[in-house]
Amino acid sequence: MDIFVQQLVNGLTLGAVYAIVALGYTMVYGIIQLINFAHGEVVMIGAMVAFTVINALAAGSMPPLVVVLIGTACAIPVCMLVGYAMERMAYRPLRSAPRLAPLITAIGVSIILQHLAMLVWSRNVMAFPQIIPLTTYGFAGATITSVQLTIVGLCFAMMAGLAALVYRTRLGTAMRATAQNPQVARLMGVDVNRVIAATFIIGAGLGAVAGVMIGTYYGVAQYTMGSVLGLKAFAAAVLGGIGNIPGAMVGGLLLGVVEALGAGYIGDLTDLCRYGLGPEESCADGGHFILFGSNYQDVFAFVVLILVLVFRPSGLLGERVGDRA
Amino acid sequence: MLLELKGLEVNYGGIRAVKGIDLEVREGELVCLIGANGAGKSTTLRAVCGLLAARAGSVRYAGADIAGMPVHELPRRGLVMVPEGRGIFGQLTVEENLAMGAFTRSDADIARDLERRYETFPRLKERRGQTAGTLSGGEQQMLAIGRALMARPKLLLLDEPSMGLAPRLVTKIFEIVREIAAQGVTILLVEQNARLALEVASRGYVMESGNLTLAGGSAELLANPKVREAYLGEAAA
Ligand SMILES: Nc1ncnc2c1ncn2[C@@H]1O[C@H](COP(=O)(O)OP(=O)(O)O)[C@@H](O)[C@H]1O
Ligand SMILES: [Mg+2]
Repeated sequence: MDIFVQQLVNGLTLGAVYAIVALGYTMVYGIIQLINFAHGEVVMIGAMVAFTVINALAAGSMPPLVVVLIGTACAIPVCMLVGYAMERMAYRPLRSAPRLAPLITAIGVSIILQHLAMLVWSRNVMAFPQIIPLTTYGFAGATITSVQLTIVGLCFAMMAGLAALVYRTRLGTAMRATAQNPQVARLMGVDVNRVIAATFIIGAGLGAVAGVMIGTYYGVAQYTMGSVLGLKAFAAAVLGGIGNIPGAMVGGLLLGVVEALGAGYIGDLTDLCRYGLGPEESCADGGHFILFGSNYQDVFAFVVLILVLVFRPSGLLGERVGDRA
Repeated sequence: MLLELKGLEVNYGGIRAVKGIDLEVREGELVCLIGANGAGKSTTLRAVCGLLAARAGSVRYAGADIAGMPVHELPRRGLVMVPEGRGIFGQLTVEENLAMGAFTRSDADIARDLERRYETFPRLKERRGQTAGTLSGGEQQMLAIGRALMARPKLLLLDEPSMGLAPRLVTKIFEIVREIAAQGVTILLVEQNARLALEVASRGYVMESGNLTLAGGSAELLANPKVREAYLGEAAA
């Protein structure tokens, strides 16, 4: 069962990052019922900015951890600014337009950001400098790296921080009130525009950190990395119940695990030789004829998305169903 | 004059819902605005709060022209509305709803005011940690009023606080309205329950399809044959 535990560890790592990205989708959806398809691009920009800074500083004498921290510290404000700017320039003018208009605009913003990133950083893959000494720890027959531990720990800390913000502070209460009834929130003295802007900024800040983490995990960053990651996080948000904050956390973790276990077992399960169906020359002497290998990993998120939309559109923790999606 | 409407007109698209009304509320008064369903009462209140833009006319509050002022600015100035249908945040707890009422405040007395609300509405104290959506209609109305009081209003606009409540609760709500007024809060009360409204208010206005057709002291309006026939359910004398 080593592979099971190992994939569980890998899945939880990725899932924690998906959860952080999914929070950006779900918070914005909760407050203005917009699926901000450009959020994945914000995550990408976070990774690109951080990688640029980290590569520039890698040759110096600073300790690796400090370098990564500085990179992240630069990525966060840039992403927050991007998040704020898109709300202000692209979505706010369409606040009272029919639902489809901001949705199409979001896709447009996503394309624009992606191509701006291409102009700034070129089409080339940026590699993460080999500066972090990788320590691995044995754990129930599996191994977990220091990077994985850091990612998981940081994600959980961010989730706890966000939960505290949303459920324990004045701004958080105003955010939830605005999400439920913006007109009445205004009557209570809430400047709804500011609350919406704050939501975009917080989501983008989380996205920036997620971008650095996913980039560090895979060791590469590229201007296209936001699309699939964004779609997966969106799937995670839908799985948990779009608009529902704990849902995004649960959905992200669950999706990461499903994806990792799926990738771990799909090869075995689609090995036609197991079922006596494979061509003889391949299956001879315990050979394999694998239909789908672990490169089909990305498929699981979308299978999950489709299943949720068909069987439980409100998601695992969502209550509100209806015309909203 | 705390609130002064002059020639106020409000449209929904091409439909004129309020057709040029003059209305005044002096400091310390409890004034009611009565009229049938669809007369334009809620539209008037929404225009005062800035939720709807006036097409013509002026809205002055505490000496300032407030037409075009952002909605969220008004509670800071003591103008607070309890909207029709209560506008409770159903997924927030009772206490969070009350806290939202004090959103514009940052003084040290908020906790004391919260205790005061709980003294007035013990049911809310029992349910302080419960989500407000689980409250009964009467409790939700108490919460809506309590929440508005948390802002320490100078002028309270109440839009049909008795709507949809059982008779016993209606009486209770009017008692509460009277108490709030006795504490010095100026109130503009919109009601379809004309008799009870006129009994608590000192003056009243009657609204009919976007116009104010009658105004006067409560006793005078209660005695007016037109009012008796149209709003108090009595046959013409
Ligand atoms: N959102 C709206 N859009 C269009 N017409 C409306 C809207 N709200 C109210 N009206 C119309 O405006 C008129 C006045 O409504 P309202 O102010 O709600 O009346 P009242 O509160 O006195 O019952 C009614 O004819 C009503 O149909
Ligand atoms: Mg009304």
